[in-house]
Amino acid sequence: MPLADKSIGSRIFNVINYSLLILISIITIVPFMYIVAVSFATPEEVAKGGLMLFPTKFTLGAYQYIFSTETMIRSVMVSIGVTVVGTLINLVLTSFMAYPLARPNLRGRSAVLFMVLFTMLFSGGMIPTYFVVKAFGMINSYWSLIIPTAISAFNLIVLKNFFQQIPEGLEESAKIDGCHDLGILFRIVLPLSMPAMATFGLFYAVSHWNTYFNAVMYINDSEKWPVQIVLRQIVLLSQDMIGDSTAQAEPMEYLPQTIRMASIVVATIPIVIVYPFLQKYFAKGVMLGSVKG
Amino acid sequence: MDQQYAAQASLGMEKRRIRSQFVKDILRDRWMYFLLLPGVLYFVIFKYLPMAGLVMAFQDYKPHLGLLESPWVGLKHFERFFSEPQFWMLFRNTLLLAVYNLVFFFPLPIVLALMLNEVRKEMFKRFVQTIVYLPHFVSWVVAVGIFYVLFTTEGGVVNEFIARLGMEKIPFLLSEEWFRTMIVSQSIWKEAGWGTIIFLAALSGVDLQLYEAARMDGAGRWRQLWHITLPAIRSTIVILFILRLGSFLDTGFEHIFLMLNSMNREVGEVFDTYVYLKGLTQAQYSYSAAVGMFKSLVGLLLVVGANRLAKKMGEEGVY
Repeated sequence: MPLADKSIGSRIFNVINYSLLILISIITIVPFMYIVAVSFATPEEVAKGGLMLFPTKFTLGAYQYIFSTETMIRSVMVSIGVTVVGTLINLVLTSFMAYPLARPNLRGRSAVLFMVLFTMLFSGGMIPTYFVVKAFGMINSYWSLIIPTAISAFNLIVLKNFFQQIPEGLEESAKIDGCHDLGILFRIVLPLSMPAMATFGLFYAVSHWNTYFNAVMYINDSEKWPVQIVLRQIVLLSQDMIGDSTAQAEPMEYLPQTIRMASIVVATIPIVIVYPFLQKYFAKGVMLGSVKG
Repeated sequence: MDQQYAAQASLGMEKRRIRSQFVKDILRDRWMYFLLLPGVLYFVIFKYLPMAGLVMAFQDYKPHLGLLESPWVGLKHFERFFSEPQFWMLFRNTLLLAVYNLVFFFPLPIVLALMLNEVRKEMFKRFVQTIVYLPHFVSWVVAVGIFYVLFTTEGGVVNEFIARLGMEKIPFLLSEEWFRTMIVSQSIWKEAGWGTIIFLAALSGVDLQLYEAARMDGAGRWRQLWHITLPAIRSTIVILFILRLGSFLDTGFEHIFLMLNSMNREVGEVFDTYVYLKGLTQAQYSYSAAVGMFKSLVGLLLVVGANRLAKKMGEEGVY
């Protein structure tokens, strides 16, 4: 970073810079705080209007209402399931493919790499992809949210580059000790790559939890909808779709604002929980191992 | 004669040797290929089969007939698309959003990274970073949802405030004139912070001695910024600019899809949302595949072109 001096100009520069950064932080975080505050507020207080950042009277009413309905619980369960299974499959397939590609003397390596890179430049697009997914009988199946996004080309390339940085000597000595390729992957390469695997796992998990449009395309059965679609119904279409007969609380008391906000919070909480872990890693630059791919 | 024969024989032996070496390598790495197989299958099935499926753009594809039986119609769908008045609407909407993003969004992560780079208090820097990275990780549904509850005319904070000032409420979400502003500001709110990470990484590699030397020569902070910091991230800027141009037509499909409604379709409909509308909701499969193919091809041309341009300008390029 540039060096400071004690001149007046430099001080003014600092004051302006720090103030702007604080302002930017406020603009970023205030919408979140508002949403959280309203979700815990009483309807009377919300009706007063204004930018409320802390409710004076604290209530869990909106959450009780949301979780008294089957729709929200079911969709959260679907999303958790898809996220867990999907992330495991992502990690297994990505690391299995990245490891051979990290071997410089593997025959056909550059052909496969080209095949992967080309998909980052050109794609068949929505309609043909839809028909491929359909041909495999995955419409209305949770697999449609997992298999078609099993490997991200970008993550694959970055992980391959990460594997390449592991000193060759380690693998060589394992080979001399009679370890074959699979053994080297499981006993040496993967254990050494745990930070990278954790990072990719978190990134994959976030994208599964946030998956929305694939579910719009592939899942027609509303009982199988993940949380993001349900959230959209509640917030953007103002549909009281969670006000089904399973609701026990009185719906009118909390609709629409607090319920909407509480739904947003529910769909965001898992992200906020994993965020500190994510942050620990992306500062270390694992994701930046390859800017260029 | 003999010599020629011998040469041929040795050439044949050479070939055989190469081939046996090839077989040997393959056998040696058999477990490697075993590991590679699921991934290759994934790319073939979910990336290359759809590319092959693009032939449906030249057919009147009927799902019950399949790709092999559906009748061929040549360029019919492309001709229809180019002569349709919607083509120019989509073209204009996509182009305008892309240009707005390039002008208003693209410079912001650079500026923000430079600002963060000037901060000397590590705690403060990390605090700001923690906050501005966060929106990147929430879904577009959540991001649009947050804007929605803030900007709606029915009890949204922003419009309440406008009303309290004695002005008329503004239908931010349901009007044509506010659509692009909303889209660009949402993109900025969600992604500008995260966009800094790549520039900050490039900046962390700058040799501190450079600054020291510059200060010895009497350079103030602006001069240091201009002559040391900016040149350090120049190639990163170029690379990201190329990538941006390459995805020029990807205006953020999910984002726009969520913001579209019957009131703003005229300015909000872009190629991707049109493909969805025609293809999956109206079952005009071949026509929408043709539209999608046009978009993908233009995208490919843009990346290749931008990359070539960068190389001509003496930069490294993306590939």
